[in-house]
Amino acid sequence: MDTERPVGPPKEIKKINDFTWELPTSYKKGMNVPARIIASEKLLKQMDFGVFDQVSNVACLKGIQKQAFCMPDGHWGYGFPIGGVAAMDTSDGVISPGGIGFDINCGMRLVRTNLTLTDAKSKLKELNDELFKTVPAGVGCKGIVKLNKTQFKTICNEGSKWCVENGYGNKNDIKKTESHGRIEQADPSKISDKVIKRGLAQLGTLGSGNHYLEVQVAHKDAIYNQKIAKTFGITKPEQIVIMCHCGSRGTGHQVATDYLKMFDNVMNKYKLTVNDRELSCAPFSSSEGQDYFKAMACAANMAFANRQVIMHRIREAFMKIFDMSESDLGLELIYDVAHNIAKVETHKIDGSMKEVIVHRKGATRAFGPGEKELPAEYQEAGQPIILGGSMETGSFLLAGTQTAMDETFGSTAHGSGRTMSRTKAKHEVNGEELQKNMEKRGIYVRTKSMAGLAEEAGIAYKPISDVVDSLEGAGISKKVAGLTPLTNVKG
Amino acid sequence: MAYTFLEDVATADVAFDAEGEDIDELFKSCAEATFEVMADLTTVGQDTEKKIILENKKVDKLLYEFLEELIYIKDLDCILFSDFDIKIKKEDGIYQLEATAYGSTINSEKQDLKADVKAVTLHMFEVKQTKDGWKARVVLDI
Repeated sequence: MDTERPVGPPKEIKKINDFTWELPTSYKKGMNVPARIIASEKLLKQMDFGVFDQVSNVACLKGIQKQAFCMPDGHWGYGFPIGGVAAMDTSDGVISPGGIGFDINCGMRLVRTNLTLTDAKSKLKELNDELFKTVPAGVGCKGIVKLNKTQFKTICNEGSKWCVENGYGNKNDIKKTESHGRIEQADPSKISDKVIKRGLAQLGTLGSGNHYLEVQVAHKDAIYNQKIAKTFGITKPEQIVIMCHCGSRGTGHQVATDYLKMFDNVMNKYKLTVNDRELSCAPFSSSEGQDYFKAMACAANMAFANRQVIMHRIREAFMKIFDMSESDLGLELIYDVAHNIAKVETHKIDGSMKEVIVHRKGATRAFGPGEKELPAEYQEAGQPIILGGSMETGSFLLAGTQTAMDETFGSTAHGSGRTMSRTKAKHEVNGEELQKNMEKRGIYVRTKSMAGLAEEAGIAYKPISDVVDSLEGAGISKKVAGLTPLTNVKG
Repeated sequence: MAYTFLEDVATADVAFDAEGEDIDELFKSCAEATFEVMADLTTVGQDTEKKIILENKKVDKLLYEFLEELIYIKDLDCILFSDFDIKIKKEDGIYQLEATAYGSTINSEKQDLKADVKAVTLHMFEVKQTKDGWKARVVLDI
């Protein structure tokens, strides 16, 4: 049971440009397309070998188009590398649950406010305590929204729409959510009773691990594109924003568990073979493929609803601590994106538009200017991209580009990417010391688990600036603003 | 301790190797390791119990289903388990498991909580019999 892993690319890697590298189809038997890694040379050489092995396995999937991708925050995962992107033809290609992951629609939400650091500074600790009290987090956290099974299924169908209709948000929230907070192919008859029972009490909860809720500041010297920042709602120096990272909770975990088991048994039926059993798949057009996609969509909608309810709680906390109305606070959604998902999209391939099922596993959609799903006010700027960094180093807001549409199926990275295992991070870092240290640096942290906090220390992650520079260098995302953490709620 | 967490495996998640003199002990070690990821088990009481009955032709699939069921119950009933009585017998080529899991309702005030386990993965999942007993490797999604 060997645990040694080499680092860096195989000798067959070819340089396409300073930020794009390719393993040709000759690298591994069965590759239908080349495998591309978007990264600076520095990040490429630091990537664990599992990335190259896995992305080239993904390139063997039936119906895959153009290239398989790994983004600069990539590291090895299950089947797909984290940071993996692959698009398969919907008519003869496969869907692979490993290309989405257990936390279906794990994603990011960024909210702007009218507050500046000067307005908020004296109340940050109190605000974080209130958020810690208001937004359930950690192992076993239960939501405040009591649902019955019928309501649960309705949310699976409607996502953010149910939340707004039931007093947990407004229409602008829906407009500024990917897919308007609802993947329409959802069908609750495709989720098991176990999914419903497991997810029923968890709406509006953060979970744990690398999930968090941060109050951040967009320092004036970290605004890289004034025009797009203003379009997205960052309109004044030292503006306060709030970022939330979480997913579909037990709903998604159980959908993934149920279907991964099923797909393990279904491969023979369709005479499919894969290099790694975690790439188990079924034809997208098959009954199994469609059932999984519809169930995945249910979990995705639950995740949109989850982040929507959490945002409602954030609004309540801010109104209480600052004693201001919602409109005076200007708490508006900038955008909400998924980074573990499969979407049916149309992209230009070999000169003509083709419908594909795009898998993004630890990768974010990055639609460019002019894409019709984007709200009118974002048509010129492109889609906001929210890249979560470590809690010590900060995060980034970027914008999607036409190059992303042309080159990577409108996709980009999702965060910093881990470089150190959780087990190792816990041995290297003491959670209590880290919390005190961060407070000395002006970052207030509340957590349900000191061990969990240690696992999320900055040293366990790649420097996010390296990831962002690679994305910009490759032209698939445009830097808009750097966001510095002020407070953090961790599960 | 009959399990070891692996530092150099599973960057974003948690991996462990477990062992047991017999198959019952192996399953117990794996269950304990899974819940130790979620909490310091010395802080988790045993005022609640749940019975689990499963069967499978393959012992590795049986372990997978057992751990998966424990994770499901954890979310369903908000319980962490700190001890297990496990009996596995093989009859007519089928492994039959009867287990009682002992635990307590999740309580962040009383228990030292760590990271939530989302699922058991099949990544590097392995159960094997050795001359000394049984060994397993499991990667958990965090």
